[in-house]
Amino acid sequence: MSYFSKDRTIAPPGYSRWLIPPAALCVHLCIGQAYAFSVFNLPMTKLLGITASTPDDWTIPQLGWIFTIGIVMLGLSAAFLGRWVEEGGPRRAMFTAACCFGSGFLISALGVYIHNIWVVYFGYGFVGGFGLGLGYISPVSTLIKWFPDRPGMATGMAIMGFGGAAFIASPLSVWLMAQFSTPTHVGVMETFVVLGVVYFFFMCMGGVIVRVPAPGWKPEGWSAPAHAGKLITTNNVYVYEALKTPQFWCIWIVLCMNVSAGIGVLGQASAMIQEMFPGKVSVTAAAGFVGLMSLFNMGGRFFWASMSDYLGRKNTYFVFFVLGVACYVSVPYSGAIGSVVGFICAYAIVFSMYGGGFATVPAYLKDMFGTRYVGAIHGWLITAWSAAGVIGPVLVNYIRQYNLDRGVPKADAYNNTMYVLAGLLVIGFIANALIKAVDKKHYMTAQQEAKAAA
Amino acid sequence: MANSSSDSGNGLKLLLAWGFVGIPLGWGVIQTLINAMKLFQ
Repeated sequence: MSYFSKDRTIAPPGYSRWLIPPAALCVHLCIGQAYAFSVFNLPMTKLLGITASTPDDWTIPQLGWIFTIGIVMLGLSAAFLGRWVEEGGPRRAMFTAACCFGSGFLISALGVYIHNIWVVYFGYGFVGGFGLGLGYISPVSTLIKWFPDRPGMATGMAIMGFGGAAFIASPLSVWLMAQFSTPTHVGVMETFVVLGVVYFFFMCMGGVIVRVPAPGWKPEGWSAPAHAGKLITTNNVYVYEALKTPQFWCIWIVLCMNVSAGIGVLGQASAMIQEMFPGKVSVTAAAGFVGLMSLFNMGGRFFWASMSDYLGRKNTYFVFFVLGVACYVSVPYSGAIGSVVGFICAYAIVFSMYGGGFATVPAYLKDMFGTRYVGAIHGWLITAWSAAGVIGPVLVNYIRQYNLDRGVPKADAYNNTMYVLAGLLVIGFIANALIKAVDKKHYMTAQQEAKAAA
Repeated sequence: MANSSSDSGNGLKLLLAWGFVGIPLGWGVIQTLINAMKLFQ
């Protein structure tokens, strides 16, 4: 029996389930580094010129593809390898993710050394992105199985780590580059090597700690409700069967709309606050605003996912959509009356719900489709994130540009955008309202359950 | 007796595991908070 097999990860009696969230965080605190990859953009445009870019140096658009390939690979690997993760257990998935993510950095270091962008695309983008997807879904179903009484809180903790990873990666990367740089050399290559080794080690620790509960295990003093709620099933739906249900696609739209609205303003937050309040908010203060919003993004992941255990998943998303519409609609008004505080409060709520949307969705899937293939189904759902990554920024950037081209003042250029983003949330609200319990015909039969467990 | 040694073993593991992830995350949050304070200066 291999060390990585699922059987070897079954927890012994007395094992504390509170060791699982740190195991999950070991992985998510590393792979969330992707959010901070932009700190390398500027230094990587000066690898040859050192103090300024030369014609042979890489350009920002060329470098932008590294992140894009990584995110595409995240979606693809999460979707297609979800079943492999579920059936092989979390340890195998975490170690594989560690190998991919760590070696992605090492290959990219080679790419920087020989100054070949295709090697970096392959390293961080392809191999690292593969690790991103595997790592993202690897602890999800394990957490849900250990915390049947608080699934939202459990997955919220892990996904909070993904949101908080940039807090570590960004200052750490800047510090490492400062240590390795010399007057004739930018320290990107060495920084990649150090990060690759550190992240590999850190993620492997997650794989060492993680355990799956023994069959039939349940938390002390807790018993599964005799009759599951209307929207909470005790049955399981096979991963590819779940894709055939309208419920999966409604949740897909719910996540896509919630993320599109948030991600659309995420990239423009700094410019937006400066342009809407000219003379009131400096560049430094705007950077502080972005930092504050990141904290709300991270905190919202834990807060809202935990709240969903009490409110119910469907009601939590209703709160996101109703409150979100109110916040987006209030932004032009805050701009008109010059209320920076009103603007910050609205965005703080919006960003907390953006993070909360990511963190609550695994528990929503568990409620609808059961725990057996929840990680794999979640993997497929991540494609909604990829779609939102295109929809949100395109809407915000193009509408702003359209307004500017028509002579609208910069301070008012975002007003229409806010109403469009509020419209996206209305679509999400409708999709959420359409979600009903999954038809029994989609449930796995006892025979299929036994075969899957073997 | 066996239970109490198992509990203390678990306690130590929990402390190490949460410290392993909590210390870097706490450091990152403080760095971000310091940066965010510039908004109010």
